[in-house]
Amino acid sequence: MKLDLRLPIGLMFTIFGVLLTGFGLVSDRAIYAQSLDINVNLWWGLVLMAFGLVMLGLARQGRQAPH
Amino acid sequence: MHQIQLGAIDYAILIVYFAFVLGIGWVLRRQVKSSEDFFQSGRSMPTWIAGLAFLSANLGAQEVIGMAASGAKYGIMTSHFYWVGAIPAMVFVGVFMMPFYYGSRARSVPEYLRLRFDEKTRGFNAITFALMTVLSSGISMYALAKLLELVLGWNFHTSVVLSAVIVLVYIFLGGLTSAIYNEVLQFFLIVLGFLPLVLLGLKDVGGWSGLTAKLETVSTGAGYSAGAMTHSWQHLGSASANPMGVEWFGMVMGLGFVLSFGYWCTDFLVIQRAMAAESMTAARRTPLFAAIPKMVFPALVILPGMIAIALHHSSGGLIPIGSDGLPNYNLAIPVLLAHYLPSGLLGLGLTALMASFMSGMAGNVTAFNTVWTYDIYQSYIRPGQSDKHYLRMGHTATVVGIFLSVLAAYATTRFNNIMDMLQLVFAFVNAPLFATFLLGMFWRRSTGHGAFFGLLIGTLAAAAHHGLTLPLGGMAGIKGGFLGTVVHTYPSEMAQNFWTAIVAWTCCFTATILISLLTRRTKSDEELTGLVHSLTPRIVETGLAWHQRPAALGVVVLGLTLVLNIIFW
Repeated sequence: MKLDLRLPIGLMFTIFGVLLTGFGLVSDRAIYAQSLDINVNLWWGLVLMAFGLVMLGLARQGRQAPH
Repeated sequence: MHQIQLGAIDYAILIVYFAFVLGIGWVLRRQVKSSEDFFQSGRSMPTWIAGLAFLSANLGAQEVIGMAASGAKYGIMTSHFYWVGAIPAMVFVGVFMMPFYYGSRARSVPEYLRLRFDEKTRGFNAITFALMTVLSSGISMYALAKLLELVLGWNFHTSVVLSAVIVLVYIFLGGLTSAIYNEVLQFFLIVLGFLPLVLLGLKDVGGWSGLTAKLETVSTGAGYSAGAMTHSWQHLGSASANPMGVEWFGMVMGLGFVLSFGYWCTDFLVIQRAMAAESMTAARRTPLFAAIPKMVFPALVILPGMIAIALHHSSGGLIPIGSDGLPNYNLAIPVLLAHYLPSGLLGLGLTALMASFMSGMAGNVTAFNTVWTYDIYQSYIRPGQSDKHYLRMGHTATVVGIFLSVLAAYATTRFNNIMDMLQLVFAFVNAPLFATFLLGMFWRRSTGHGAFFGLLIGTLAAAAHHGLTLPLGGMAGIKGGFLGTVVHTYPSEMAQNFWTAIVAWTCCFTATILISLLTRRTKSDEELTGLVHSLTPRIVETGLAWHQRPAALGVVVLGLTLVLNIIFW
């Protein structure tokens, strides 16, 4: 059984996304002064999560229709 | 610069990343049953995976740090290392050369040289290549550990040992497959880790137009015309008109032809990724697929350097000044990371930096263990053993290769000059290589003696050229001029390097032709089938849509690159 590479990539970025989004929600607003007052953790966390989920979705699709 | 403080969230991201790279090796360990699995991934990789690994193996930390540094120093002209110095060669290797690498069933680039020419040509290439990989992975380990020490205050030894052990474990367990899978993971991490930095930086300086305006001041301040840092070709007419100190012919021939084709078309580090592809078509598409992200990489690695230098001049001393009184350009990326990214994304950015370092190192190590085991050990030390024996040797070579890299990293801390000198010697060896492969693949009359002595002459010519010339303001020694007399002074070190390459290539090309004509062919037409263009049946591609065909993809890639060159003309 071969490992579908999309699985670990999807998982890792989903975890990163959850971590960053979560941190973005609870962190002090003051730390975003340096990032031009944008809550980059929240927004980029969402981007990473979306990317991770798309990869997971592709992996799932690949498993359902083997070749 | 004051050191960056990392928070718990940053460490969490770093640890998750480590867990995944190690986990991939752990899961893949059961797939490694033969030496072919370990060294060649069982030739089973689809195009997209092989392609991204092809790109990522080249994308070491030195590439990221170095290209950002050049971006800060020279501006958008640095993109020549991509649009002139990489893409055309990547297209050439995919369309024209891969049929012989992949089709010959050679297991490595040196092995191709044995099949095509003879034992001595292979031996020369295998030994210099093996030494070079260990050395460069050591040097990049050194560079990363120094950087982490400076930026984060991490202990130098801890960084070296930690990164070495992680790379060791995942290659040891899963071989080339594990290295390739991790390179793809690292590719996405590098892109998604650095992108927020670029976006924030661009927004801050007021977009491309804001950046252009700021860089005009920088460039006039340095005595060049206003657009010298934001146009890639306009100021290449003469070497004194641009900060690189290079003129267009040296650029196109030296970088675009000799150095670029010499690297992308013959370096086993990248070719190994394409040779692991699942089919001939996939192997040929590998570098073409890789060329598409490669094309836009300047936005990710050069742009941050340009933004950093613009901010450095407009808001006063962002980049720390080095001992030579100039900004320490190598710190461009770390400085921007610290400047824009708060805890959280900062961890992601640093993890991306670590990832780029590991992918570069793993590329070197997997290329080393393969060349060592197949081309040196199996050929000269213990031939005729069982496959299990060579698989075991592969594991041993991985450990030894990493150990030697660590040694090289420490040697660099002690004997910086020796390392510089060794790198210079390898540069001499590499410069003429493409002439040998070009003649080998496209001229059946070229002989083993021709190839070997041609290479030797090319290497000596490179050394002689370097020894007789100097860059402007350079002292005789490692910078050149070590043969006593200086016959020419180049406007910059880069111009000197490009011309060294041109001289080496031309000498090797001519010498190989002459010696081949004077010596007898030792390989018959039958033996050369599949190795030389005119003796290999044309590949027929039926049932492939146009966008799946390597040649069509190549044309598209070149067209897009041309457009980029025109936009930033």
